[in-house]
Amino acid sequence: MILDQIPPGFKVNMLELRNIQKTYEGQLLLHGISFTVAPGETVCLLGPSGSGKSTLLRIIAGLENAEQGDIFWDGENIASIPVHQRRFGLMFQDYALFPHKSVRENIAFGLEMQKLPRTEIDQRVTTALTQVNLTGFESRRVTDLSGGEQQRVALARARAPDPRLLMFDEPLGALDRTLREHLGTELREILHKSGVPAIYVTHDQEEAFTIADTVMLLHDGHIVQSGAPDEVYSHPASGWVAEFLGLGNLLTGVVRRQAASQTVQTGVGTFSLKCGHAHHDGEQVHVLIRPAGASLGVEATGRSVRGSVTDILFHQSGFKVTLDNGLYFYLPAAPKIGERVAVQAGSVECLG
Amino acid sequence: MTRRALYWLAPSLFLLLFFFYPLVRVFLLSLKPDFGTLPTLAALPDFLNVLQFTFYQAFLSTLLTLLAGVPIAYLFSHFDFRGKPLLRALTAVPFMLPTMVVAAGFNALLGTRGWINLALMGAFNLSTPPITFVGTLTAILIAHVFYNTTIVIRLVGNSWAQLDPRLAHAARVLGADSTTVLRQITLPLLRPSLLAATLLVFLFDFTSFGVILLLGGAQFRTLEVEIYIQAMHFLNLPAAAVLSMIQLLCTLVFSIIYSRVVTHAVIPLNPRAASINIHPVRAIREKIFVFAASIFILVLFVLPMAALPARSVVRLEPDRGERGNFQPALTLNNYRELTINRLGSLFYVPPIDAVRNSLVYATITVVLSLILGFPAASALARPARLEKFIDPFLMLPLGASAVTLGLGYILTFNRWLYAPILVPLAHTTLALPFVIRSLQPALASIPQRLRDAAAVLGASPRQVWRSVDLPIIARAVTAAGVFAFTVSLGEFGATAMLARPEHPTMTTAISRFLSQPGGLNYGQAMAMATILLVVTTTAILMIEKIRLPGSGEF
Repeated sequence: MILDQIPPGFKVNMLELRNIQKTYEGQLLLHGISFTVAPGETVCLLGPSGSGKSTLLRIIAGLENAEQGDIFWDGENIASIPVHQRRFGLMFQDYALFPHKSVRENIAFGLEMQKLPRTEIDQRVTTALTQVNLTGFESRRVTDLSGGEQQRVALARARAPDPRLLMFDEPLGALDRTLREHLGTELREILHKSGVPAIYVTHDQEEAFTIADTVMLLHDGHIVQSGAPDEVYSHPASGWVAEFLGLGNLLTGVVRRQAASQTVQTGVGTFSLKCGHAHHDGEQVHVLIRPAGASLGVEATGRSVRGSVTDILFHQSGFKVTLDNGLYFYLPAAPKIGERVAVQAGSVECLG
Repeated sequence: MTRRALYWLAPSLFLLLFFFYPLVRVFLLSLKPDFGTLPTLAALPDFLNVLQFTFYQAFLSTLLTLLAGVPIAYLFSHFDFRGKPLLRALTAVPFMLPTMVVAAGFNALLGTRGWINLALMGAFNLSTPPITFVGTLTAILIAHVFYNTTIVIRLVGNSWAQLDPRLAHAARVLGADSTTVLRQITLPLLRPSLLAATLLVFLFDFTSFGVILLLGGAQFRTLEVEIYIQAMHFLNLPAAAVLSMIQLLCTLVFSIIYSRVVTHAVIPLNPRAASINIHPVRAIREKIFVFAASIFILVLFVLPMAALPARSVVRLEPDRGERGNFQPALTLNNYRELTINRLGSLFYVPPIDAVRNSLVYATITVVLSLILGFPAASALARPARLEKFIDPFLMLPLGASAVTLGLGYILTFNRWLYAPILVPLAHTTLALPFVIRSLQPALASIPQRLRDAAAVLGASPRQVWRSVDLPIIARAVTAAGVFAFTVSLGEFGATAMLARPEHPTMTTAISRFLSQPGGLNYGQAMAMATILLVVTTTAILMIEKIRLPGSGEF
């Protein structure tokens, strides 16, 4: 009935957070966080350590209470529902596998809590293990497993009871680089196939960009930007975002307005730039000069900078050339150290 | 190899002569009993009663100790509150207190001449004390709880503090309610430490001697007390030997189970910082719990030990023949009496001599056990095959009953039985494992790198020893020495068997004062027990202060 009244194209939200606030040891950790997760959507909460992203997960899971704000699931306020009745799955950092239980017993735990019949539990444990490529590991001790195997068991344990929402707290943090990339891709496939909405917390941007449908950047208790990965990448909302994501050379500049034209004055030169919204004369802005797509030589577009070369490093995407003013660029051909060059930057952007 | 063997020469010879040989004598005597002196068949049910009671009281005491200790372990491993370090320290003291001090303390609080009874008599004008404590099973059980709760707090508390809270959280998210978490996660993970604590407490309760003898009175006898009574009162050494062997067998079985539990029941955990579970007290429920637990600790651990010194300096009863209005008053009379050799007093010497004797014995024990323990600990610090083999033998005196050892000395050294040196020799045997265990980690902890660094910086071997080894060793040696000193001062089982009436020690003197009637004896028991309490507590605090972090306990 109600579904019929929903206009086509209207986004249904499974999870909705409204104005969540939390203090930790007297300091405001989360300031009025609000966001939604749609069915099948994977949201990545990305932020430096201490930004409160794990706490946010624990609040959603019900392990901690927010001081203010509400959590809705499918329109129903779930703030008063205790953790064990929320039917959410949470995969912990370092996995928190029960060391006194076998692989089978770990995965079966959530199913036993639902009081399912023995045969069904066994069957679902086997299925869960097959899904994570650990067939035959049932009776192994979890403490004998390698880090990657433990991670898979933790994933199987979190998924086995068919949670309505899956949450991941830095699930790959304890693994080495190669394994992390491999398991990250695998996780993305699993999440997309299952269609279960997911929230994924990490401080590693590559991981976030691999897995997320939507990336949310958490800074100082606020969500400072939220959007699809490519959107966030190409349009960072602030200097902090650009710096945190390591998008390139970040400078501070001052807006100079003269009649209809607007320029931004920085330590390495003056650029004629459009900023996101109108700025008055003398206002401070951030300027992002991306290192990729640069070339040697001057063109009359106001995107060039001059300097003498102080360092040249070979890099996969060309030569990383550093100038005496601190800027760096990726260039297809290397100049000489000490040479004075003019570099045509790929893009120069003004960030609010 | 030859140098290592040299290290072992003195300690091995000593233990062979003063520990193993006396026990062998007890063993041999128990094998070929003289049928004239052996308990007749008629006495058999009596012995079965003793055995039954030994198990019964140990079982009850262990149960109560767990009930008291587990909540306190939870308190210390989960909450941060004001006064916590002090409360923690208070719970650690009883374990090392001499039995005589504990017996005297409970007597001062709840005995017929104790604070509570005299207060009630005064308040309600009673002619007899309303509470009977000494001579009841309750007294034995409470004293055992007082003594051994520390073990539960330490063992269970440590593993609880390191338990990853996220395991419980993971279970909660997977749909478990809090009771299921307790049943399925917390208890199974604590099981090894709970089991170890249970067995250790049971072992101590099983072999308890002084508490039963002095607080249990005549009608309660455990194996250990019965051995003493058979040997000292009935002079029936063969019967005592048979009982000793039964007791030794039991303790051996418990020890084997204990070491199996310790090595096999361990669940590999990621060790976590011990502070991971600790948080400030917030919810009302938590506040009530912390408050109630703190009060419980103060009542159980502080009240008896505060009652003792207080009782020793307060006159609460009228003297014999004194009439009219009696007012309680402060007095040092009890202490003055210790220096007087009264006619009809228990000793032919002034009781203060017992203090001197105890100090002399303790000093001899310290010197002997350090001389013997140091080479053994140095060898154990860098163990080779020989050490792995010898180590368990060195620790055996820990599990042996002191009364049995005393019996062995009586059998072995009967010709020199009047020689006072036997007492410190027995004490050295009992203190040696403690000394070795506290020296060994310190000696093993000196990293070769430090010596190398000093040598590279230009220190000669002697300078290296003086600047690197000595400072570390000096602390360890002091701690071990104080440990031996405390063991000797408080030892009662072997001393009760070996000390002659004309050479009393503090523990035997307190024991006699307490078991004799009269206000004078009671007062002197209070005074002497207070002296022992002060000396021992000072020593314990000293050890805690100089103990190197991470060195072994028990």
